[in-house]
Amino acid sequence: MEISGAEIVTRCLQEEGVEFVFGYPGGAVLEIYDAIFKQEVFKHVLVRHEQAAVHAADAYSRSSNKVGVALVTSGPGATNALTGIATAYMDSIPLVVISGQVGTNAIGLDAFQEVDMVGCSRPIVKHNFLVKDIRDLATTFKKAFHIAATGRPGPVVIDIPKDVTMNKTTFSYPSSVSIRSYNPPTKGHPGQIKKAANLIAEAKRPFLYVGGGAIQGGAGKEVTDLANLLNLPTTNTLMGLGALDGTHPNFVGMLGMHGTYEANLAMQYCDVLIAVGARFDDRVISVPSQFLASPKKIIHIDVDPSSIAKRVKVDIPIVGDVKHVLTDLLAQLRESGQKPNAEALANWWQQINEWRKPNSLLYTPSTEVIKPQHVIETLWKVTNGEAIVTSDVGQHQMWAAQYYKFRRPKQWINSGGLGTMGFGLPAAMGAQLANPDAQVACVTGEGSIQMNIQELSTCKQYHTPVKVLSLNNRYLGMVRQWQEFFYGTRYSESYMDALPDFVKVAEAYGHVGFKVENPADVEPVLKEAFGPSLKERLVFIDFRTDQTENVFPMIQNGRGLNQMDLPPHMRDYQQVPFENNRDYGNLS
Amino acid sequence: MRHILSTLLENEAGALSRVTGLFSARGYNIDSLTVQTTEDPTLSRMTIVTHGSDEVIEQITKQLNKLIEVVKVIDLNESEHIERELMLIKVRATGKEREEMKRMADIFRGRIIDVTEKTYTIELTGPGEKLDAFIKAIDSTVILETVRTGASGIGRGERILKI
Repeated sequence: MEISGAEIVTRCLQEEGVEFVFGYPGGAVLEIYDAIFKQEVFKHVLVRHEQAAVHAADAYSRSSNKVGVALVTSGPGATNALTGIATAYMDSIPLVVISGQVGTNAIGLDAFQEVDMVGCSRPIVKHNFLVKDIRDLATTFKKAFHIAATGRPGPVVIDIPKDVTMNKTTFSYPSSVSIRSYNPPTKGHPGQIKKAANLIAEAKRPFLYVGGGAIQGGAGKEVTDLANLLNLPTTNTLMGLGALDGTHPNFVGMLGMHGTYEANLAMQYCDVLIAVGARFDDRVISVPSQFLASPKKIIHIDVDPSSIAKRVKVDIPIVGDVKHVLTDLLAQLRESGQKPNAEALANWWQQINEWRKPNSLLYTPSTEVIKPQHVIETLWKVTNGEAIVTSDVGQHQMWAAQYYKFRRPKQWINSGGLGTMGFGLPAAMGAQLANPDAQVACVTGEGSIQMNIQELSTCKQYHTPVKVLSLNNRYLGMVRQWQEFFYGTRYSESYMDALPDFVKVAEAYGHVGFKVENPADVEPVLKEAFGPSLKERLVFIDFRTDQTENVFPMIQNGRGLNQMDLPPHMRDYQQVPFENNRDYGNLS
Repeated sequence: MRHILSTLLENEAGALSRVTGLFSARGYNIDSLTVQTTEDPTLSRMTIVTHGSDEVIEQITKQLNKLIEVVKVIDLNESEHIERELMLIKVRATGKEREEMKRMADIFRGRIIDVTEKTYTIELTGPGEKLDAFIKAIDSTVILETVRTGASGIGRGERILKI
C-alpha cells in the first residue's frame, strides 16, 4: 500500500519509539501535521517559539537516554531553530530536527518562506540531509537517528520539501543501517589502556578530570568505580557534573573559570591527569601554555579523535567509548593490582585537603538581603539533592553548578558550550516530560527568563509543573561582574529597567507566582513550591537577590588555573602556595 | 609546512561544501582543491593542498574524517608521491615572439592546443613549481590569461588509496 511522505515521517518516528515531538506548524509542514493529527502513538508538544522546541527536545534527551525530536516549518521556523541546534551541537546532544522546505521545483527561486536550511545548519550539525526523493525518506530517518545517537552524539537535520511529503510510495522501515564512511569507535586500543594503567601506577599526584562525555556516554558508574578503586581526587567539568556524586568524599568540586580553589590547583599541579570525555576547553584550562607550565602526563579518553590533541598535546590518547574504555581500564587495574604509591597519594590528599580547608565557596550570609548562593543551597536541601535542575546562562548558572551538589548523571541540564540564554525554561519543560515524576527546577535570572518566557504558556498547556527560581538582581549579573572587574564599573547596558511584575506574569499564564525579598522566606517558599499543595502547578519564584554579589573563584582571561581571583575571605591566598618539590613518598 | 591531503568521499550533493565549510569555519588554509568522480561513480576523490604546523594538519585530518561523507583521508606527504597540475595559458604570439614562444613551450614539454594569428594557448602539466617556472621564464607582458587546476596527487609505488 502506498502512503504519503508525511505519513512516512510519522511512521518513521513511531518506528524509532519517539514519545514526544516538539514543534510548531507552518505552510511547508502542513502535510506532516495532518499525518500527526491522524495518529496517536506519539504526542506533539506545541511550543510558542521554535527555539524552545529544540531546547525542549534537547533537554528531553539530556534527561533521558533517548534522541530528542523537533519539527519546524521552512524559512523562519527553520532559522529560529538554529540557536537550539547550535546549543545541542556544542554539548553533543543527540537530536533529530525535521524542517519543512518549499517544494523541490521552487528550491532556489526565493520562494515564500524559503531558506537553505542544509546550508544554514551545516556548521552546527553532526550531519544533515535534504530529502528530494520520497523513496529515500525512510532510510534517511534511519540514518539520522543512528548518526545522532552513536559515536559522539549530535543534532541531525532532515530538511523535507513539501512535495516530498505529499507524494506517495510504499513504506518499509530498514531494520538496520550501515554507512561505510561512518564507523564510530567503541573499544579502546588494549595497548593504550595498558600504557595508561602503567602510567597511573607511577603517579604521585594523580587527578581524574571528568567531562560531559562521561554523562553522554553513560559512564557515571565507571568513573565512580575508578575514583573509588584508586582513591583518586576527582573533578567534574560544568558539563560533567553528576558523573561523580557531588557529595562523594573524592569530589573536589567543579574546575575551571569558576571552579573551586582545590579543583583548579589539583588540575594545575597533578602529575598524571586522567581526562575522561572532556576537551580541555578555554573555560576549563584557560591558556594551554600556562596549564602545561606545571609538567604533567596526560591520559585522554574520548570517543571523538578530534577532541584529542586539539588544545593540549597528550601522552596517552585512547579513542573509544568512555564506558568501554573505563571498563577495560578498571579490569586491567584490578587484574594487575597496579595503583599509585600509597604514601605519595596520601601526601597528595593532604595537600588537596589543605587547599580545601578555606572553602573557596564560602560566602557571607545575610539576614538583610537574599544571597543567591543561599537560594541554591536551600533548593538542594528542600529537594534532597534529587531534583533535575536546568539553568539559563550567567551568574545563576555558575551558582547552581557550584552549590547544588548533583548526585547522578543527567540531573544537571545547562547550555555549557554555546551558553544560550533562554535555554532554561524550555529545557525544564522537556526534562519534566521525560521524567513526569521527578522534581524539576529551572534556575534562571530575570534576564535569561525573558528570552523564552512565552514558554510559560506551553507549560500550562502540557501541565509541566516545573519550579522556576529566578535569581533577580535587576542586572545582567555576569556582564555586570565583568564590567565591575574589567571595565571600571561602567555598567554599560547591563541594568534592566522596567522589569515586569513576574508574579503577575506567572499568574497571567495561569501559574502560581511568588515574590521573595526576605532571606527568612527563602526556605518556607521553596518548601511550599515543592510541597504537596503545589505539586501539580508551575511555580514561578521571583527572588530579589543581592545586586552586588559576584561569582568566586574566578579566573580572568589569559590567566592560569593557579591565578584565581578568590572570595574576600581568601584574599591572602592570591599567591598560590605549592611546593612542587614536596616529598611524595619513597617511590623506589 | 605544505601538505597534500587525498580524500575519498561520497559522491553526494553538498559533500564538497562540507569540506570547504570546515576549512573556513576552523580557519584552515586551502591552497588548492581539486575534485572529480572516481572510477567508482559513488565516490569522489579530492586533493587538498594546505599548509600548517603538524598539529594543525593532524586536526585537519581528524576533522575531515569526522565528516560523515568522508570515507578516507591520507596525507600524501607521509611517503613518496607524485603530483601534477594542469595549466592552460594564453599568450600573445606575434612576430619573432611567435617562434620563441613555440620553443619555450617545447622546452617545458607543453603543447599548443589553440592558435590564432596573434595568440597561442598552451597546455602544460607538471608539478606546481614547473608551471611557476614556465610563467617566470616567459615575458610577463605577453601573458593574456592563465588557468590552473591545482594539484592532483597519488602515492608512488604500491601505495594506493581505496576503500
